[in-house]
Amino acid sequence: MLRIPCPHCGTRDEVEFRYKGEASVRRPAADAEVAQFAAYVYERSNPKGWHLEWWFHSAGCRQMLQLWRHTVSHEIHSVGTAQERPSAPISERSA
Amino acid sequence: MSGSRRIAAGALVDPANPVEFEFDGRRLVGLAGDTVASALLANGVRLVGRSFKYHRPRGIISAGPEEPCALIDLLGTQGRAPNRPATTVPITAGLRTVSQNRWPSLELDLLSINSLFAAVLPAGFYYKTFMSPGKAWERLYEPAIRRAAGLGVLGAGRSEAVTHGEHTVHDHTDVLVIGSGAAGLAAAKRLQGSGARVMLLERDVVAGGGTLLDTRWQAWREATLAQLTGDTSLQCLTRTQVIAAYGHGVFAAVETLPEAGPDGLPRERLRVIRTKRVLLATGANERWIACENNDRPGVMQAGAALAYLRRYGVAVGSRPVLFVNSDWAYEAAVALHEAGVRPCAIVDPRRDSAAAERARALGITVHAHSVVTTVHGRRAVEGVQLASVDGSSGPNLEADCLLLSGGYQPESALATQAGGSLQWREELAAFVAALPGTTGVVAGAAAGAFGLAAAARDGAEGAVRIAAELGLTLTDDADTAATALQDPAVTPLQALWEVPGRGKAFVDLQHDVTAADIRLAHREGYTHIEHMKRYTTHGMATDQGRTGGVLGAAILAAARGQAPQEIGLPTPRPYVHPTSFAAMAGGEVGAHLRPIRHFPAHDSHVACGAIFVPAGLWLRPLVYATQPGWEPVLRESRAVRTAAGIGDASSLGKIDVQGPDAAKFLDYIYANRFSTLAVGKARYGIMLREDGYLLDDGTTSRLGAQHFLLTTTTANHTHVLEHLEFQLQVNRPDLDVVLMDVTDQWAQFSIAGPRARDVLQKVMPGTDVSGAAVPFLAALPAQIAGVWGRLFRISFSGELAYEVAVPSSRANDVWNALLEAGKPFGAVPYGVDALNTLRIEKGHVTTAELDGNASAHMLGFERMLKAEGDYVGRVLAQRPALSSPERPQLVGVRPSSPSARLRTGALLVEPSAPTRTLGFVSSCTPSVLIDGWVGLAMLAGGRSRHGTRLLAVSPVHGESVDVEITTAHWFDPENARVRA
Amino acid sequence: MSDTSPAPRRFRSSGRYSALRLLREALTGHRGWTPAWRKAEPRKQYQVVIVGGGGHGLATAYYLANHFGITDVAVLEKGPIGLGNVGRNTTIIRSTYYTPENIRFYDFSLKLWEGLEKELNFNAMVSQRGVVYTYHTDGQRDVMTGRANDMRLAGADCIELDRAALKTLIPPISLDNHRFPIMGAFMQPRGGTVRHDAVAWGYARGASEAGVDIIEHCEVTGLRQAGGRVTGVETTRGFIGAGTVCLAVAGHSSHLAAMAGIRLPIESHALQAFVSESIKPFLDVVLMFGAGHFYISQSDKGGMVFGGSTDAHNTYAQRGTQWIAQEVASEGVALLPELANLRILRQWGGIMDMTMDGTPIIGRLPLDGLVMNGGWCYGGFKAIPAGGYTTAHLIARGESHPLTTHMDVDRFAEGRTFDEPGIGPFPWMH
Repeated sequence: MLRIPCPHCGTRDEVEFRYKGEASVRRPAADAEVAQFAAYVYERSNPKGWHLEWWFHSAGCRQMLQLWRHTVSHEIHSVGTAQERPSAPISERSA
Repeated sequence: MSGSRRIAAGALVDPANPVEFEFDGRRLVGLAGDTVASALLANGVRLVGRSFKYHRPRGIISAGPEEPCALIDLLGTQGRAPNRPATTVPITAGLRTVSQNRWPSLELDLLSINSLFAAVLPAGFYYKTFMSPGKAWERLYEPAIRRAAGLGVLGAGRSEAVTHGEHTVHDHTDVLVIGSGAAGLAAAKRLQGSGARVMLLERDVVAGGGTLLDTRWQAWREATLAQLTGDTSLQCLTRTQVIAAYGHGVFAAVETLPEAGPDGLPRERLRVIRTKRVLLATGANERWIACENNDRPGVMQAGAALAYLRRYGVAVGSRPVLFVNSDWAYEAAVALHEAGVRPCAIVDPRRDSAAAERARALGITVHAHSVVTTVHGRRAVEGVQLASVDGSSGPNLEADCLLLSGGYQPESALATQAGGSLQWREELAAFVAALPGTTGVVAGAAAGAFGLAAAARDGAEGAVRIAAELGLTLTDDADTAATALQDPAVTPLQALWEVPGRGKAFVDLQHDVTAADIRLAHREGYTHIEHMKRYTTHGMATDQGRTGGVLGAAILAAARGQAPQEIGLPTPRPYVHPTSFAAMAGGEVGAHLRPIRHFPAHDSHVACGAIFVPAGLWLRPLVYATQPGWEPVLRESRAVRTAAGIGDASSLGKIDVQGPDAAKFLDYIYANRFSTLAVGKARYGIMLREDGYLLDDGTTSRLGAQHFLLTTTTANHTHVLEHLEFQLQVNRPDLDVVLMDVTDQWAQFSIAGPRARDVLQKVMPGTDVSGAAVPFLAALPAQIAGVWGRLFRISFSGELAYEVAVPSSRANDVWNALLEAGKPFGAVPYGVDALNTLRIEKGHVTTAELDGNASAHMLGFERMLKAEGDYVGRVLAQRPALSSPERPQLVGVRPSSPSARLRTGALLVEPSAPTRTLGFVSSCTPSVLIDGWVGLAMLAGGRSRHGTRLLAVSPVHGESVDVEITTAHWFDPENARVRA
Repeated sequence: MSDTSPAPRRFRSSGRYSALRLLREALTGHRGWTPAWRKAEPRKQYQVVIVGGGGHGLATAYYLANHFGITDVAVLEKGPIGLGNVGRNTTIIRSTYYTPENIRFYDFSLKLWEGLEKELNFNAMVSQRGVVYTYHTDGQRDVMTGRANDMRLAGADCIELDRAALKTLIPPISLDNHRFPIMGAFMQPRGGTVRHDAVAWGYARGASEAGVDIIEHCEVTGLRQAGGRVTGVETTRGFIGAGTVCLAVAGHSSHLAAMAGIRLPIESHALQAFVSESIKPFLDVVLMFGAGHFYISQSDKGGMVFGGSTDAHNTYAQRGTQWIAQEVASEGVALLPELANLRILRQWGGIMDMTMDGTPIIGRLPLDGLVMNGGWCYGGFKAIPAGGYTTAHLIARGESHPLTTHMDVDRFAEGRTFDEPGIGPFPWMH
């Protein structure tokens, strides 16, 4: 079971949160093409390693959070709010 | 009276307190504090079970939860608990136990005939035969195999009885110490005064671990426990087995409560523990040695014999022979000898050792440089044959028990689960685990520090390392009492896995896996440890390979010409020990499986005689009748069509949307426009997912310039709420909007039917409720039956209708007032089924049509998709596949003959192509408007098929009905009734 | 499917398996058995390289060699074969799907399962004990009726059971269960269970015998391409050239596709499974709890094998989370109250390729010569025979098998999704 350090509520059990998918993909501009929206909706990096992802603290502050979490070890590197992207693990900082 | 084999005082038993229990119908007497195993041994009972495959007679192997053979069923007053290790079940007055896997009796087990066919039943034999003819596997072979397999028996058929588990406990601590032997106790003691919260868990009924078996350590143990007891920063729990390690410092444990439950079976409680660091002091397991007939009743772990003597005062035999390869195992021989059990002989493959010298000085015979090649006797050990290590034949010793010790494997399952890695330690011939520093430390015998003094030292050092990690300050108190106790000098063990022989040499006792089976697996190419495990089932029994795991790996390694460390061990999975469903389910059983959401006016619905139906967590009134069925549903529906009905719609999701940008936000969320909605008006809206398919629909009202009330379907409420939060916080942070779920705050009732206005007028006396004052789609504040709330003029039934919303606390009052007001006009309460009938006739969709696979085009909503402005799903909704006329489209359907009935889930086909599905009936009902059934359907190219005929087939029910396709909106398409 | 006739029988290097052979070998202490599959060393070049020695990879190789005449095939596995999802599932086979396209595909798989023992001369213990789904509301019954009828029209079997029939079939079931009373059930009698490990071993043996190289401990580290075409794979044992590369690595498809710069519509999630201690026969069918996610069957060895929902976040860790286990146990006790006294032995996790619509992917990827078999969601094990067969068809014939034309990867961008769960592109909710 994950223990997620919510910046608003403190470290809480995973059961209080709802996963909301990869946070690296961002909605294209309103005038973007179908292909760009299709990529946004369907295509995922799904890495075996560090993953930037959305979690919604549904049984807490009801805020969207961004986490850098490792998909093998489940280590949580950093947490940010909806609009503040958390600092990336060193291996993810190239681009 | 408590057994002829009880020769001394045991640390755990009370000689003044005899306890009678039952085993296979025999009444036996043990002492309070005994386990079933110790009481059986005290009474001289050797044969306690039959093996899984060959049904060989088996006895008691161990003195703890690692027991592979002595498994029994516990008989409760209701229910039956199978496969409990006799070595861990305490005896209680009246306890009833039976042996397993034998028929008709333990002594005479007919399936022991399997032993005769053992030659054709090697590992994996079933993969190579039973393949023909045809269905013979299911009809013939498999039933026979299934009856023969399995161990205990579950249940007595009282299936409706609900077994309430104990409620799960959630713990938080700083340091979790698992195991209270020398290492765990020393660690907990070292952490005292540091300010850290410490939780010390012991699976045994008392704390102490290995110190309970060594009289020299009694004083230290008692002093330490006394010091720890009463320390409020320390919580010590016995009978608590940690079963799994998860990431993020989360552990699960099962605590067995001291008292049995009302059914006479053990009560167990799950604990979920969160800790900053763990100290694993889980000790080590004594290993088996593979030699011929090493499974005869009376063959036992050497350490178990010591435990039975020290803990229960029971001698496991009167003529013991030990076959051991380390100095530590000599303890058992010395203890038995000193207790007067003589003569006692030791067989040791080593030429000499410090322990052998000490034993000889006591007068114990040591057969050095020797091995046991075979065990004599069938239902009990009668003797053992020795040979020298170099192969020459040795003497035949008379014996009534053989005490084996092939060395010790540190208990590393939790460490591995917690992310630890295994290292081979040659001097111990064992794998030893280490943890990443941020997780914790492994200490004591679990870390390869064998000997109580070494373990205590290691435990204290582990505590120091954890304290440093957590930044804790420790007191300077060195444990002088522990340092004064020295371990005796030891000569290193000599790895010994197998003594070659001709008969069956068991490696996994419970699953009847032999050394030859492992070599067969190797010969057939199952050479990887995981392949060997799966092919032979080695290590997969209830004891999880605790006595034979490394042994099997070593035999496989030898077959591969490698050392054990080169092939490793299989990954240990949770649970460390088997865990009952009852413990895991906790209190969430029976009616408490899931929370129940009641409508605010639930009590009134009960009073009205409602039959309820689950809808997610909700219980909704289905129909108001004594028996379910169409008759009462149609009576309610007719009342709505002809007079009025009062319904409860409180489970609809209600979300308050407020802020300067609320209208802009709703324009972004909904495919149709809401910024143009006037204050005091409601509008039907559809929202899409970003992939362009429909997410939900509902009515949203503008209560103020910056204030909207959005409603969702019952099923999608949570989903929509989270969708709104996500869109607002992630994609539209530029908008100043606040969302609040108010579903539980408001009760909402519908008043529908031609007399609805009359009913409403009665509960709103003095208020103008005329069509001019409250026009269709009005959304106004109102006082209803004296309660301030909201009035909406919206209709799902197709009739003149209102919905009134009042605070939940007044729900019963207003509901009853509405019923009372409606009586003169013939109004009745109506449930979900009647509502369904009414909306099907009207052609309104619910989740039956809005099933997650529908596009706006499919449901005929395409004109609602606004042309201007961005909204969720706009771009992908434009893909041709979503608007293709070949996709299913919403239509009406009715049988060509009024006497024929429809069935939801029936498929629509052309009579000429009866296996090609064109669509399906999504909802249907007997109609109260026309004679016969009506329905809605999703039909490929449906809108171009109006007026055509198809078959509605339900092959499952052998039905085929000639149907006519119509528009879904055949009833009052001008909405004259709604606008009346 | 005229081209599904059994493989030509030939003498295998591991010998034919039979009761007679067992007897004969018993006389010589079982010393005559030989490895079930060759431990092959990699060659420099193959016509087809299949990445992944799991059920689908081995089955694809088997059918390529035995039914499509292509034997110049290597199966590369980073560890030992058969230890991924084929060896970590709850062994259920069925064709109870919601879309007619998927029903036909999975029913084709059931038909292949039905002849598997004879086809492979390896007893994988295909046991058609029946799969039963309870329903608890009218709405659920309606949805299941539609599915059952779709199944019947597609040639599969499915029947409805009333409460009395259900109780007779499953005596320990709690019909009223105090929270979600059972109204009835649907059953696919041809559904059942299979001994999962034996599937990998049986296909490996059959493929190896036909000349396929099964290369264990050979991890693919890169995909080499030239001129817009895949030319082979980089591995921990060197470069291996290939005319066609097939990815059959469900759970890790994204990871491999990324080596060719391809982003797939897939997330990897963990699905937990559990097994209890062995008990005498308690449950004869596979039982699915309609008011939750719980499902259960009893193995021939006597253990109850069961599971629940996914852990609901991306993961490659083959372990499960605690709270799912509690939920699973609660639902188990609700459905079969006597389970309360049974002890759970082991828990483990498998990594699922969860596609955005819950339907698998068998098709070409946007790089010539690269095909994939993956995206199996929860359905990978039961699909092994059909997945292997149709993937072999795709590789050998250069076009999709008629049963898998809807499984192409382009369906997402074009909006032709086959949304089994009806949830949308949110795999963690499927």
